[in-house]
Amino acid sequence: MREIDSQSPAFNRRRFLQITAAAAGGVLVSLYLHLPAGAQTDNQTASTAFPPDAFVNVRPNGQIVIQVNRLEFGQGVSTSLPMILADEMDADWSQVVSELAPAADAYKDPLYQLQMTGGSISLPHSFQQYRKLGATVRAMLVATASERWGVRPEHCRAANSVVYGPLNQSARYAELATDAAQRPRPDKVRLKNPSEFRLIGKRVRRLDSRLKCNGSQRFGIDMDLPGMMTALVARPPIFGGHVKTIDDKNARSIPGVVDIFEIPLVRGKNWSSGSGIAIVADRFWTAKQARDRLNVEWDLSGIEHPDSSMLLGRYKELASTVGNVAVSRGDQSAIERIPVAERIVAEYEFPYLAHAPMEPLNTTIRFDGNRAEAWVPSQFQTMDQSAIAEVLGVKPDQVTFHTEYAGGGFGRRITLDSHVQREAAAIAKRMQGIPVKLIWTREDDVEGGYYRPMFVHRVEVGVGPDAMPAAWKHVIVGQSWIIKTGPPWETALVKDGVDSLAIEGAADTPYFIPNFHVSVHHPEVNVPVSQWRSVGCTHNCFVMETLIDELATRAKIDPIDYRLRLLPQNANKRRGTLTLLRQESTSWRHDLARNHAVGIAANEYHETDVACAVDVSIENNRPRIHRATVAVHMGLVVNPLTVESQFQGGLVFGLTQLMAKGAITLKDGLVQQQNFHNFVPPYMSDAPVAIDVHIVPSSEAPTACGECPVPVICPAVANALFKLTGKRYRTLPLTAL
Amino acid sequence: MPTYNVTVNGQHKEVTVDPGTPLLWVLREELKMTGTKYGCGVAACGACTVHLAGIAARSCVVPISLVGSRPIVTIEGTIRDPVGRIVQDAWISEDVVQCGYCQSGQIMAAIALLKSNPNPTDTNIEQSMGGNICRCGTYVRIRQAIKAAAQQLRPRGSR
Repeated sequence: MREIDSQSPAFNRRRFLQITAAAAGGVLVSLYLHLPAGAQTDNQTASTAFPPDAFVNVRPNGQIVIQVNRLEFGQGVSTSLPMILADEMDADWSQVVSELAPAADAYKDPLYQLQMTGGSISLPHSFQQYRKLGATVRAMLVATASERWGVRPEHCRAANSVVYGPLNQSARYAELATDAAQRPRPDKVRLKNPSEFRLIGKRVRRLDSRLKCNGSQRFGIDMDLPGMMTALVARPPIFGGHVKTIDDKNARSIPGVVDIFEIPLVRGKNWSSGSGIAIVADRFWTAKQARDRLNVEWDLSGIEHPDSSMLLGRYKELASTVGNVAVSRGDQSAIERIPVAERIVAEYEFPYLAHAPMEPLNTTIRFDGNRAEAWVPSQFQTMDQSAIAEVLGVKPDQVTFHTEYAGGGFGRRITLDSHVQREAAAIAKRMQGIPVKLIWTREDDVEGGYYRPMFVHRVEVGVGPDAMPAAWKHVIVGQSWIIKTGPPWETALVKDGVDSLAIEGAADTPYFIPNFHVSVHHPEVNVPVSQWRSVGCTHNCFVMETLIDELATRAKIDPIDYRLRLLPQNANKRRGTLTLLRQESTSWRHDLARNHAVGIAANEYHETDVACAVDVSIENNRPRIHRATVAVHMGLVVNPLTVESQFQGGLVFGLTQLMAKGAITLKDGLVQQQNFHNFVPPYMSDAPVAIDVHIVPSSEAPTACGECPVPVICPAVANALFKLTGKRYRTLPLTAL
Repeated sequence: MPTYNVTVNGQHKEVTVDPGTPLLWVLREELKMTGTKYGCGVAACGACTVHLAGIAARSCVVPISLVGSRPIVTIEGTIRDPVGRIVQDAWISEDVVQCGYCQSGQIMAAIALLKSNPNPTDTNIEQSMGGNICRCGTYVRIRQAIKAAAQQLRPRGSR
């Protein structure tokens, strides 16, 4: 039994209801939203106070509404966070409803002090937070009941939203909530021992399935407000271009077109770059027709016209020189003393990649001249709210910011420049009084940048007499979207000119390589780039794990054994996943069909370790993945069903990198892909037919989930393909086998 | 602008729109039925799949002027259809959805498949579902849910 201190100075100043009931039900959220400006800004600690009033609402009918401080975009957080709170609260799970919290200090990430969803931090950072919230609410309900009955609280127990007294008294949470809300918040609450968990650790189905299966789940793009208009933006064909002249006569002649005007565009680090034309109309289709009939002459002078093949040449040149040093262990010149015949020299090429979440980007804003209201499927509420406020010329607390369910994201809905929200705000400002929904068409999305950057790697590996890597010299070349942005991101993520997001999965490899040198070049290119689910590991894991496989093949050692031999004593997580993977895949790995081969890969991302085995054959000159087995070590698992789904889905998302038409390329400044006909993500037949997921039992704190499956699938498939074709694949996407 | 009479989920509706307006946008913006989703606008992703006279169709490329008298069924109408209900329930019990944005289209495609072939093989499933993109990658569970629904649809005694 542990005692925890849930009190903080900020909370002592708080006089709000802690739990609301009855008529207060609907007031709760708006109460929090319309906090006086002082309450939102007067202290930094407000968000660490965790007032339960912002998170839990017990309704008179017994329903328990739990606010989720993250974006739900598939990863299941609108089920798993309520599970944690409900478990500690002893709430009746069948009565739990989850809501996505609006932008407010209380919902900021407890560590980062920003309201955001990224880096797979939701459970690692909010596990204890939601436990404490649940335990606090429970304690207040129990105290209320015990007071009514004149008994000691420790003689009461709670289960399924009912408090029971020692003489068989009972009271439902709904009956207690109003009084409980008036109580002082307890200084200390007891958290459950893991053996007492009723929900945590169980395979619990999602709370949002029904609505998502009958068409009634509202996503950001489904927003509909009285008098609402739809806006599209015509953007320059090259990033950073400006409007030179515009002929909008034909466009304006379409009935339903309300306004056409120029707006500034922001692109990546260069925040005031270029301009576009906004078209506001009564309907999407009207706006689309008008945009198609618009004649804009663009000024594309004075900006770089990026070109993938030219960039490749430039990157390869850079890769032949040492860059900013990320890690240097042992003797840098060791590689030169290894005979050439014992060296592997490998050059890898990775293209730009689009995220292409199924719900196209969108933002709805209504601005009345003083206050604004925004509806955004946002991964980054704090920044997006500030950006809207800045464009509108108001303070962030004058922007009521609703978090809308998002149709995927994969990193695309978190940008440091909030460019979609700035566009929407510029339009809403001009259209004052009229709500406007800005939609990016799929073409806008595919051509619109913020890609996973293009990368080139050059690696020299020297093999020692024991067939293990004795020296490793690795140069990584690719853009950084963090460098030159200043605090907080640059301060946190960049050291000595090295963007840590570009090297993760390589520089921090758990394999022991005595002489290990990784350096990086970050060229500046006129293509906005951003994080793509699992970020640096998307390319680094591919390089590391295909090379390790090459070394294992050369050594004629089983690839799992070889990896185990490369691990130092303390690499418990990787040892655990590899061992579990071997155990769970033995039966099928030793019973492969003819012309099938096995590929292995492993990766650690944000303290979660993953090992994967795939069964691959070649059909129609493409890899056909019959099966994937995954082992994962991620600490304590809140919902094994979510983990299973995330890993199944994440492997498929990772396969985007292998798809023959999965790349974004540029020629003379123009993006050459527009839509799913020439940027082709994985369809069902590209995905593994079956995926089984196995979890290493652990009681350690929960670590990352959502991004972790992505990196391993491509190197695993490439390693299997090698066995079938004898070729090493170092250029993605796989255009030919 | 001309007026069109359409039958959506058994109800007669009248809409006055440009003849080229895709059925998708008529459903979403005129009839306020937003369960049918915009994903690509070029019939490449299947998020906008509806049934047109019982056949799965990409509503983003069907102009309203070409719908004629063919009855339209959308995701909102599936609850009144026995096969639709079974498919939805299978989706829920297999915990298929993640972000859920493509799932209206996936479910409409699956219902069409099961109505024409109540006992689909893996190959049949891949062929029928092969044009629907799910960026979350729920394909493994979609496959399981279709098989589970097929099991439910089989006459008692032959399950």
